Amino acid sequence: MAAVIFALIVLIGWELARGARPAMHQFGWGFLISTDWDPVNEKFGALPFIFGTLVSSAIALLVAVPISIATAVYLTELAPLWLRQPLIMFIELLAAVPSVILGLWGIFVMVPWLRDHLFPWLQKCFGFLPLFKGPIYGVSMLAGGIIVAIMIIPIITSVSREILRSVPGLQREAAYALGATRWEVTRIAVLSYAKKGLFGAVILGLGRALGETMAVTMVIGNSPQIAASLFAPGYTLASVIANEFNEATGSLYTSALIELGLVLLGVTVLVNVAAQLLLKTFAGPSVKPQH
Amino acid sequence: MTVSNHRWRNFKNAVIQAATFACAVLVVTPLVLVFYHLVTQGFTSINWAFFTQLPRPEGEAGGGMANAIVGTFLLLGQAALFGVPVGVLGGIYLSEYGGPHLNWWIRFAADILNGVPSIIWGIVVFALLVVHNVSLFGHVLIPRGFSAIAGGLVLGLMMIPLVMRTTEEVLQLVPGGYREAALALGIAKWKTIAQIVVRTALKGIVTGVLLALARVAGETAPLLFTAFGNLGWAHKLTEPIAAMPLQIFIYAIGPYDDQHRQAWAGAFVLLVLVLAINIGVRFLTRDRFARRS
Repeated sequence: MAAVIFALIVLIGWELARGARPAMHQFGWGFLISTDWDPVNEKFGALPFIFGTLVSSAIALLVAVPISIATAVYLTELAPLWLRQPLIMFIELLAAVPSVILGLWGIFVMVPWLRDHLFPWLQKCFGFLPLFKGPIYGVSMLAGGIIVAIMIIPIITSVSREILRSVPGLQREAAYALGATRWEVTRIAVLSYAKKGLFGAVILGLGRALGETMAVTMVIGNSPQIAASLFAPGYTLASVIANEFNEATGSLYTSALIELGLVLLGVTVLVNVAAQLLLKTFAGPSVKPQH
Repeated sequence: MTVSNHRWRNFKNAVIQAATFACAVLVVTPLVLVFYHLVTQGFTSINWAFFTQLPRPEGEAGGGMANAIVGTFLLLGQAALFGVPVGVLGGIYLSEYGGPHLNWWIRFAADILNGVPSIIWGIVVFALLVVHNVSLFGHVLIPRGFSAIAGGLVLGLMMIPLVMRTTEEVLQLVPGGYREAALALGIAKWKTIAQIVVRTALKGIVTGVLLALARVAGETAPLLFTAFGNLGWAHKLTEPIAAMPLQIFIYAIGPYDDQHRQAWAGAFVLLVLVLAINIGVRFLTRDRFARRS
């Protein structure tokens, strides 16, 4: 039965490759760098979606990584003991909130707030940068990035927490013995020891961010364009598939969408392989001894 | 070291402590806000009709999500049927049989599968069941088209790697002495596993299965092109079927206020279902075998 796992991997790769073949045949490698997305004239290019996926994930990481790692540090090293368990439970519950519910909250609560408060403020302070120029609609690349950040924060936090917990206590004691303060112990003995594992946690979060679908679809604006401004709407690989797959008329259209899926699969698998290798080589004991 | 240096170091320590605490608060804030809005918008929108009636035509107020609620449970039942046997047996294999090298690869592959975006699973099952008939010896078993079976299968496939990994983890917690004692009595290996190892870890296995179900219960993306959604009842498993996440999504992006109200109500019920499983499991497993992290 365990071999089913390998069968599933082969099945996913094979079905996607088969579905994408007509589009690959038609457009070749140009598919990846073309910015056309014109279903009526059957012209398809993946670049706006690749751009949207990368930018929204980058925003998400930029927001989520410092917050998650700081929270993990707080939870393992600095927080008073009575506070740790409730906080951990809260974060695990946040991880359990379905994407579509976060998207609903995003549409009706977060996006209006961003539109009326945060975005105008950003424009006022940093409006000279092209990133924050242009009209504000609310639904935007930045809103997509923020909602993804909210989704990946619990994952990065709990994996980082596991990593920090696996740092041997002797490391800390040695640093304390030298008269270091709590933060110095954390920086010298814990963080530098756990660097590789924390990097793995971040990459794992990136993998989730790239494939996140529903919540992003609901707040990113769904417009296949490449704009410099983060206030402009964008589109991601996953959300274009979610929105257009059922409406796709003509086999070439469907095939192009499946090829987008293949691109997404390729990227997420690569990222996940990297993350797992980092985590597994850091935490050697996770490969448990046999009985 | 001078006194001022010492003060500076303590000061830095306090600043970092406050900053990381602020980050922890920032992490918890969205959850609190989501809960707050779900209760104020969602709980107040729930009425009897929500649980008992079908959706009304576009733009007409009233109606409910009875079909989507039943649909979600039907899909979860099928998912368990497809996913649990394979997942649990795979987990048993990983823990009790298999060489370390092969098992390393299986674990690795399962972890990669856990990272595959859910929408990709949707496309795969679409290609398997939706675009052509599934037949056996010339009989059409599952006619082509969107169907409840496709929706159940996609959720079931997503459960396999999740269940496999948690099953393996809890089986590893069963002390090796139990196995050795049984084998020393001359009990066959399969019997030892079925009656001693699995039974000891049963609670943990059930926990893993429930958590996997809670995880897939909220999945929307893979259902879009498999279960598809349905405004009425699905009379057969080969028809498209409604599910709560799908209905929430459709209502959330719809133009009417009453649709938004229903979306909030649906989200509230779905979140209560998912969190009830998560919290319930936490209370259930306060014993030695299900302790994780």
